[in-house]
Amino acid sequence: MSAVVSSSASGRSAGARTLTRVVIYGLLAFFAIVYLMPLFVMLVTSFKTMDEIQNGNMLSLPTSPTVEPWYKAWGQACVGLTCAGIKGYFWNSTKMVVPAVIISTLLGALNGYVLTKWRFRGHTLVFALMLFACFIPFQSVLLPMATILGSLGRFGVTLQNATGFSFGFGNPTVNLVFVHVVYGLGFTTLFFRNFYEAFPTELVKAAQVDGAGFFQIFRRIMLPNSLPIIVVTVIYQFTNIWNDFLFASAYAGTGESMPMTVALNNVVNTSTGVVEYNVNMAAAMIAAMPTLLVYILAGRYFVRGLMAGAVKG
Amino acid sequence: MAFLEISSLRKRFGALEILKGINLELEKGGFLVLVGPSGCGKSTLLNTIAGLESITEGDIRIDGRTISDLHPSKRDIAMVFQSYALYPNMTVAGNISFGMEMRGVAADERKKAIDKVAKVLQISHLLDRKPSQLSGGQRQRVAMGRALVRDPKLFLFDEPLSNLDAKLRVDMRIEIKRLHQATGTSIVYVTHDQIEAMTLATKIAVMRDGEVQQFGTPSEIYNNPANLFVADFMGSPAMNLVTATIAGGGNDLHVSLARPGADPLRLPVPQMNGLASYAGREVVFGIRPEALTDPDGADRNARSVVEGDCLIDVVEPAGSDTFAVTKLGGKEVVARLRADARIATGQTARLAFNLDKAVFFDPQSQRRIA
Repeated sequence: MSAVVSSSASGRSAGARTLTRVVIYGLLAFFAIVYLMPLFVMLVTSFKTMDEIQNGNMLSLPTSPTVEPWYKAWGQACVGLTCAGIKGYFWNSTKMVVPAVIISTLLGALNGYVLTKWRFRGHTLVFALMLFACFIPFQSVLLPMATILGSLGRFGVTLQNATGFSFGFGNPTVNLVFVHVVYGLGFTTLFFRNFYEAFPTELVKAAQVDGAGFFQIFRRIMLPNSLPIIVVTVIYQFTNIWNDFLFASAYAGTGESMPMTVALNNVVNTSTGVVEYNVNMAAAMIAAMPTLLVYILAGRYFVRGLMAGAVKG
Repeated sequence: MAFLEISSLRKRFGALEILKGINLELEKGGFLVLVGPSGCGKSTLLNTIAGLESITEGDIRIDGRTISDLHPSKRDIAMVFQSYALYPNMTVAGNISFGMEMRGVAADERKKAIDKVAKVLQISHLLDRKPSQLSGGQRQRVAMGRALVRDPKLFLFDEPLSNLDAKLRVDMRIEIKRLHQATGTSIVYVTHDQIEAMTLATKIAVMRDGEVQQFGTPSEIYNNPANLFVADFMGSPAMNLVTATIAGGGNDLHVSLARPGADPLRLPVPQMNGLASYAGREVVFGIRPEALTDPDGADRNARSVVEGDCLIDVVEPAGSDTFAVTKLGGKEVVARLRADARIATGQTARLAFNLDKAVFFDPQSQRRIA
């Protein structure tokens, strides 16, 4: 009797479990498709000819795949009046993103190191103020920042007149690096402070007894043992800065040093002639490529590093 | 002049006083153990010697030179940390030579020093490994190697054995003692384990609440505890401390211990300084388990051994000894008997009190009377 009851109960629960599974996986699959659909459309469109786009279905696979739009996007697409493709702007972005990521990550690490291992009076207040930077809407600082960049630019002109070299003051790329470093510091400091909070202080003491100074401890002991949080910070900063459109369009929206995101916008908004959807899609794919690559290469560390910081901190 | 001198050292965090006027001295080649319960300030004291914590008042001198204001690396000390604090990103060789590297010692000289220390500690085969690939005992050796390679004036050990399992702890304890005897260096060693303190030290400082309760050789601390705290803290099993009454006077001065189901046990006490003035008053009578034994096992060299009958509550055969628990002065008292002593639970047995080793404390001030 009891055996019958228990077996029927387990049979029912097994059936219920299967149903739950179906619902869960069904929902996951549905949303995955919804999210991946634009990517799919972009990908297939970028390999189609204009004829096929104008006459065919948006979702259908290309009948005669071509990489011509990719070449065109890279080397010939028109941004405003110059038609030299987006490759120059791709390098503009790279030149801006790499220093911005490196500097903001290093400064964040240094801040975290000081806030945990070299505590001073009021260190919690300083940290709280830095956290504040994470919550300031970027739109609200556009004008003040423009004023500051303007003064830096005038200072650059003065330097140029006095020494014959501007030291980068007033250069739009340098300006963007500066802006991104300043606004990245809140996050990078938060990441590193939480990571170093759990970092054994005895190691720092041992290094002090061994005669290592402030920066020697930082370089030889702290940084080499911070790989997980460095990866997290680099991914986070790289993605944010590469994808940034607001600061890019506000402070380098025209001219030679325009970053990728602004250039892409201008490619798509070109009002002359036929809209070349395949070229636009290819350009958008190229613009998204670096962040995708960073995720694929280092994503494993991203999850692990976020957890390490969150749980131990 | 002593090699290490700590004089009226105070350490305050705001209003909180962690160290309340510490005075200690250590001769050259000595082994000073700071022992006490957690929170007594022993680790803070060690950190002030290392220079990792600043001091509020007082002075620390090594070899006649004041070091209170020097950076840790300039004090000519080396420290072994509780967690070993090995740099995870460096090999064993890198860990040992990091300090030399920071001081700018040439590479070939570093190599020679590493090899020498590795040989002494038998870790030559581990030099290329990372700390994560080492066992607990090996890490401990590397941590000691890092200290040894500096050849400092003073070694500081911060509970170095507390992370090891019991067997390894005994092995490493012997190893540290051997190392100390072989190299003749001066050591300050922090522990909460009173056995480590007894076995390693040439001088022990028993600490509580930021004060040194007693400072002396291990035998002084063990045999002549200055107060109740030291008597209770040092020794395992702990000293029996029971309430007793001093009675009589002159040549008949005795201590009276209540026992269940019989008249109080009367033990004659010699005319010791101060004890006579406690006649008719309560005192705390202290006797170590090994001074309370079966008559055949009693110390034949003792001047004053008195026997008394005691009702045995519990018998604990421990192999090498047999421990018997009886009730005296309303408290359980442990006696340590020979392994084959004939004794049974619930029966009265004759126990010998070695009164040479008995100590008396004032219950109010907790200080030693005699």
